Amino acid sequence: MIHVLLSRWRQGRRTLAYPRTLPALPERYRGRPVLRAGACAETCRSCVKACPTSAIVFGPGGPRMDLGRCLFCPDCQEACPEGAITFSDDHAMAVRRRADLVLAPDREAVLAEALDAAMMRVLGRSLKLRVVSAGGCNGCEVDVNVLGTLAWDLGRFGIQFVASPRHADALLLCGPVTANMELAVRKTYEAMPAPKLVLAVGACAISGGPYLHQEEQLGGAASVLPVDLFIPGCPPHPLTILDGLLRLLGRLPGAG
Amino acid sequence: MSGPPFVPIHPGRPLPLADLPELDPAAFREAVVLGVGAGQRLACLCADAELRLYAVLADDGQGRLRAGCTQLASPSYPSLTPACPQAHLFERELAEQFGIVPVGHPWFKPVRSHASWAPGRDAWGRREPPEPGVIDFYRVKGGEIHEVAVGPVHAGVIEPGHFRFQCHGEKVFHLEIALGYQHRGLERALAGGPHPLSLKMAETAAGDTTIAHTWAYCRILEGLAGRTTSSRAEWARGLALELERMANHTGDLGALAGDVGFLPTASFCGRIRGEWLNLTAEVCGSRLGRNWLRPGGVAAEIEPARARAMAERVARAWADTRDAVELLWGATSVLNRFEAAGPLEPAQARELGLVGVPARACGIRLDVRHDHPHGPYLEHPMLPALAQSGNVHSRAWVRWLELNASHGFLKAALERLAQAPEEPRAAPLGPLAPASLCVALVEGWRGEVLHLAVTDAGGRFLRYKLVDPSFHNWSGLALALRGEQISDFPLINKSFNLSYCGHDL
Repeated sequence: MIHVLLSRWRQGRRTLAYPRTLPALPERYRGRPVLRAGACAETCRSCVKACPTSAIVFGPGGPRMDLGRCLFCPDCQEACPEGAITFSDDHAMAVRRRADLVLAPDREAVLAEALDAAMMRVLGRSLKLRVVSAGGCNGCEVDVNVLGTLAWDLGRFGIQFVASPRHADALLLCGPVTANMELAVRKTYEAMPAPKLVLAVGACAISGGPYLHQEEQLGGAASVLPVDLFIPGCPPHPLTILDGLLRLLGRLPGAG
Repeated sequence: MSGPPFVPIHPGRPLPLADLPELDPAAFREAVVLGVGAGQRLACLCADAELRLYAVLADDGQGRLRAGCTQLASPSYPSLTPACPQAHLFERELAEQFGIVPVGHPWFKPVRSHASWAPGRDAWGRREPPEPGVIDFYRVKGGEIHEVAVGPVHAGVIEPGHFRFQCHGEKVFHLEIALGYQHRGLERALAGGPHPLSLKMAETAAGDTTIAHTWAYCRILEGLAGRTTSSRAEWARGLALELERMANHTGDLGALAGDVGFLPTASFCGRIRGEWLNLTAEVCGSRLGRNWLRPGGVAAEIEPARARAMAERVARAWADTRDAVELLWGATSVLNRFEAAGPLEPAQARELGLVGVPARACGIRLDVRHDHPHGPYLEHPMLPALAQSGNVHSRAWVRWLELNASHGFLKAALERLAQAPEEPRAAPLGPLAPASLCVALVEGWRGEVLHLAVTDAGGRFLRYKLVDPSFHNWSGLALALRGEQISDFPLINKSFNLSYCGHDL
């Protein structure tokens, strides 16, 4: 027992002060991309060619980037001769509508707004999540799971993982939804009491991710269920996931 | 033995198909059965679309690999499994993929529930697309027997799989595991490659094993392109691999503590695991090691100053890890539960061809870093970490020994990276050798990751095969449950902590 107490003293209190202060992100962390207007040469399409998931298309103002497809690899940034695409350290990227994930150099970025008042009355102070991996690589799953550790301590926000869909308010889906998981995903959703939400976490759950061309998957959560929150990344940083959840609940000061 | 035997093949070096003798099916069978009978291990058995079978035998004690192939005249051959149980899942896999029937297979069921890749040829004669989890489960009959079906969706943040227990009261007579829910079509997608997405698929074959699979993929490409990577890049890759091991072993030991209700270690390790992941992110921006390794070298340089800063963080994270994990070995309640659960017989582990932590926990000396050393492991030898009892405690103890050894490696690697000058990024690889076979091995944190590629006349992948350690080890979990209480399943399962997507691909 004395050893446990000594360890407890040595390990100290490690719960992050977030959302009061932001935890330090690694120097090379790639968050929200920033697109610069008017930087591109007429015929240059280097970024479009470099992107392995075809997340970039070229519009009149320059490259348009679909964060729902983006794997946050540095390939486009490295391919661009003009520095028109740079990954910033901004972790906040969750949105309520799929179309809001498309960034353009001439458009203000949109973030997820909070649930409406009726939903907020039911779920605002207590949100139970049922996580289902539907072809996920266990990348998004581990970075969701990490929110339950003492460092992030999800419970202090009134958000918890639950074992049964019967106890759940929201279905958090990872993975592209494989054909082999479609039935299980539908059944899990049907087993949840209304009102209920669906949260799509990671590039796979939004667009199919690296597997977008495969027949063995359906192209993400929205192919099967109505999605209420999209959290991009491959995988999203735990901070990006938590930011999305808190925005949805109107719990971030100055947001929503 | 009739006909020419299997030929030596070196991991990461291409073997022209012209030098790979095509054995007749009987000689191929004999070479596999006799080889495994003599103590070698069937590291890989797979087929291609042209009805060729390839096998890789590992003589781990001698650090040698041998390969062989055979051309089938028709899509069936006498099953190897009755004489060589290590072939059991490989044969079911190649049957499902190419509609090739191993006649006489004693447990002939689909592996991942997908349609055959060979149009019109299905090993089970099915016309409809198969449904996952709908197989002919083995059943124990009797008035007092009950069956417990769990999954695919489990009561936790984990991947899906279906478990079917045959129980007498609390006691499990038999466990059958049906997977395939995570099947994304990875190997099918890699055929004809390398494509722009191939590297991303290697990185996400099993997301918690990003580095091991990406390193294996890089070794295949570099081998086929005839590229030697710099010593500095190889040390950086070793650093990446051992950081991945630190993070996952720390997380596993915490989760094992959680499963026996020992909360101090569970809570501490949950956080400390993040420290190891954040060290990986320090180099490449991603906690899981995405975009660190690249064919030819690495995509993210570790400048000497960064290496020195990382060494300080490693020392702090290691002090916390030791402090948290050592509590386990002093808690009698933990030891009592660990020692009583999930024993696996070494003979069974050997017969099934188990790899990695569960194999070493049975005293089987098997570790790619030691047996088939490459890159930094040639200069910094790693001895297999062994335990003898094959139970939950042994699997936990092996992880602890490996944490210690990996920490030593991290220190050595960072010291070296702090001294060696930075290098410019390696140029992209040239074309791949045509008509060649290449095999790569990497010791991931779960065990041996094997990639195998066969190229066509144009240097494209005719066949790309991935073997995650979980593919070998799931049947070990099923056997470790026999005679145990069903309430111990979470603990025993966690002590293996196998990958669903790594198996399902």
